[in-house]
Amino acid sequence: MLFHSIFFYFFSIIAIFSALMVITSRSTVNSVFFLILDFISIGCLFIMVGAEFLGIIILIVYVGAVAVLFLFVVMMLNVAQQKQSWFIGKKSSHIPFGLVVSVIIFLELLVVLGGWKYKENVMSSSNLLLNESISNTHQIGRVMYTDYILYFQISGIILLLSMIGAIVLTYQKRDNIKKQSYINQISREKLTSIELKKVEFEKGVKIDD
Amino acid sequence: MIDIGLGHYLTLGAIIFSLGVIGIFLNRKNIIVILMSVELILLAVNINLISFSIFSGDILGQIFTMLILTIAAAEAAIGLAIIVVFYRNKGSIRVEDIHEMKG
Repeated sequence: MLFHSIFFYFFSIIAIFSALMVITSRSTVNSVFFLILDFISIGCLFIMVGAEFLGIIILIVYVGAVAVLFLFVVMMLNVAQQKQSWFIGKKSSHIPFGLVVSVIIFLELLVVLGGWKYKENVMSSSNLLLNESISNTHQIGRVMYTDYILYFQISGIILLLSMIGAIVLTYQKRDNIKKQSYINQISREKLTSIELKKVEFEKGVKIDD
Repeated sequence: MIDIGLGHYLTLGAIIFSLGVIGIFLNRKNIIVILMSVELILLAVNINLISFSIFSGDILGQIFTMLILTIAAAEAAIGLAIIVVFYRNKGSIRVEDIHEMKG
């Protein structure tokens, strides 16, 4: 239990610090790096608390795909030069209201969490209880591929739609590039491509008349 | 303090959620940081769902966490594509340069 609390505080302090650095760091590339650190520490927290499949999924999906996608876009758009911090420059008028709203949200969440208690019989109301004899991945697979197969397939469709949407948004048709035209190559025949000419003496052949 | 319970995880989720909301408002640089703040908010929701799932002994929260992960990945892809198109049209993705809607 002592180790559990030590690791919890370690990972959560790293997570909170890196979340703070994501929103306050000067360069966007540093923000993406701290976002990766945040994902990794939260993933370790998930593994520690017992949801090891989702911890690994967070590591793979977020760190391996989403964060690298962010990094790719940041480096491609050349926004690393825009290093203006929000401490300097002209201030926006909605920053104080944003801070007030965020602090109020945090205090409301703390009030809700502080006064919260388990209902007595809420623990045994489900038939999907955690089973200690099989692994976490096995449990998720048992539920996800049977009772929740529809949600699983809908999430797959959502991923497909997002892929199509991203391609359609960023695709640009260019006119001045030379492409290979297969149908012209295949339909070329001997009659139209070779022409025999009788060359007269000291006249030569005029090409492309 | 030593005994880690559900409240600690929920507090961590609340802190990260609030940091994400602050990041949306406080941002003076570019829209990519706003997308990262949205990712932080979704991560806080994931923390809440997984801690409830573990501490109440129900696997259902982890299923929903996977669905939220899917949505987050799709949202990041679409949002970054929109940002790329905007940068291609306007040449800038700074927050104060984006005022076409006069909002």
